[in-house]
Amino acid sequence: MSEPLLVFFALAALAVIGAVSLILQKHPIHSALSLIVVMVALAGLFLLMGAEFVAAVQIIVYGGAIMVLFVFVIMLLNAGVEEHTSLSKMAGPPGLLLVAALAAFVAATIAKSGTGVQAAAQTGALSSTKGISEMVFKDFVYPFELTSFLILVAILGATVLAQREKS
Amino acid sequence: MLPQAIDLHRVLPELIWSAFGVLVMLLQPFVRSRQFFSFLALFGSLAGTVAAATAFLHGGPGFHGLVQSDSFTFFFRLLVGSVSFLVVLAAGPYLDRERLPIAEFYALLFFATAGMGVLASAQELLTAFIGLEMSSISSYVLAGYRRDSLKSSESAMKYFLLGSFATAFFLYGIALVYGATGTTLLDKMALSDGTSTLLKLGLAMILIGLGFKVAAAPFQVWTPDVYEGAPTPVTALFSAGPKAAAFALLLRIFATVPAATKYWFWAFWVLAALTMFAGNLGALVQTNMKRLLAYSSIAHAGYILVAFAAVTSMAQGGSEEAAPAYAAVLFYLLSYALVKLGAFTIVSQLGGAGEKNLSIDDYAGLSERQPFVAAMLSIYLLSLLGLPVTAGFFGKFYIFKAAVNSHLISLAVLMAINSVIGAYYYLRVIVVMYMREPSAEAAAAGPVPFPIGVNAVLLITFVGTILFGVYPNPVINFILRPSLLAH
Repeated sequence: MSEPLLVFFALAALAVIGAVSLILQKHPIHSALSLIVVMVALAGLFLLMGAEFVAAVQIIVYGGAIMVLFVFVIMLLNAGVEEHTSLSKMAGPPGLLLVAALAAFVAATIAKSGTGVQAAAQTGALSSTKGISEMVFKDFVYPFELTSFLILVAILGATVLAQREKS
Repeated sequence: MLPQAIDLHRVLPELIWSAFGVLVMLLQPFVRSRQFFSFLALFGSLAGTVAAATAFLHGGPGFHGLVQSDSFTFFFRLLVGSVSFLVVLAAGPYLDRERLPIAEFYALLFFATAGMGVLASAQELLTAFIGLEMSSISSYVLAGYRRDSLKSSESAMKYFLLGSFATAFFLYGIALVYGATGTTLLDKMALSDGTSTLLKLGLAMILIGLGFKVAAAPFQVWTPDVYEGAPTPVTALFSAGPKAAAFALLLRIFATVPAATKYWFWAFWVLAALTMFAGNLGALVQTNMKRLLAYSSIAHAGYILVAFAAVTSMAQGGSEEAAPAYAAVLFYLLSYALVKLGAFTIVSQLGGAGEKNLSIDDYAGLSERQPFVAAMLSIYLLSLLGLPVTAGFFGKFYIFKAAVNSHLISLAVLMAINSVIGAYYYLRVIVVMYMREPSAEAAAAGPVPFPIGVNAVLLITFVGTILFGVYPNPVINFILRPSLLAH
């Protein structure tokens, strides 16, 4: 087994373990911390594919900014340990079964169509900082600019729902 | 290549709607007049709708094929623009009555409309995703706009959580499709090898994501609660706008990518049958008008999915043959949007302050108290039922014809059975309005006032319903054009 492949499997395993722990943790803070593990592992995977810009952004934006936001929200809401109703407990086993089936199916499909996926991954050459800026500001400038409206909608929505009642 | 002026021209309606959304936000701190914002919103939604015509005249692909400005896009831009215009008309009096802030509402409505426009014009999945999110996030907030109402917050919360879940499916689908084909452009995807399981899996996930947005069974569970809790003009928007835009994207994907049309015939068949029954059987036991109309909108999504099954079945014989089925979907969405807007506007106005009078029993004796309103609501309900002389008749007729032409006899029979079930609950409301005595307090309260904006909505939707029910030819001729969808 070649070295990059070893690193890949280590990081991939870390990401999956982090994601599973994210769901299983009872306390929101522990879930948030598990999410950091996922983000960092993903950044490593991106780096492995030669996408150093995406890797850096992944750590700065997701591992840093977004996570601070999460922790603040959890603090402000003073969220404690999750509570389960009997119905939500009942939904667990069938949900787990369906997730396992879906995961197995997706994994099998991707494994089978290996060549097709590899062809798509070749665009990894475009993942360099230069390539990304070309993509974002030339080819995909329209959805990129629309994203700013999307964020504006989110800000406006948060203001609308959170503002104090005017007397 | 950098974008040219013509690219901007081809997305002009969305630019105008977004610009007006920003303008409303900027003016909100300085202008106190509520009427000013209503007029601004009316003007903005109209301006965007007019711009749809110029975008159509300068049609073609924009931004290297990310968007497509063809007849199909033109039709849907006109539709969502008109829907937002009518919602502004109906929402003004509603927001005054409920003492809710007005500027934020219109800003959100503008962004939602722009999102729907993007969704209808997108020919690339990332662009479509941004459009979907713009319209969805605005919708979540609009659903919870009555913050002092527990039901409204419940509506927003359910819509947000389930909607995000559906969005995740949509996004995962895009990722898998990209993995299989190496592109997110629909027309390039069409050239790729359509047999890979990965592509099929990705398309299935996209179908699930959009199935949620159009309230197709088994992804319809959220609909009644969300429709009931949201402010009624917003419910009117939900039932007409985002649904049409999601159907537009679904239609474009399944028209452009052969792999999609080939494999999803049975998926549409089952979805259509399930959705029709889920909607109609659910509606039978409802006592709340908004819930009744919510279940009815699920049922109507089912009828539209019948036409989708016809599209996928006929497209195998060549895209020419599928044209009447496409036209059936488009015409149905138009007639359905008109009727639902009219019906929900009446429900909104009769609901009274705080939306208290929503039960069907509150409609008892409406024909005596407000004969004009009772007559209008009856027309809308009859159009939902699909009676001749209303637009609903031709809508159902074209779908039925498409189903029979593509030898989907069993599905056509199921549709007929469902129409009969539908007749029961639509006619029940009419019977209550005309045959039952009003309660003492309702009679004492006197007629509910109908402001001019609401009357304008009723007039426009009524004229549209009858006009397209008697003379649908201009619309049909337009959407039967062979160049409906540019490739």
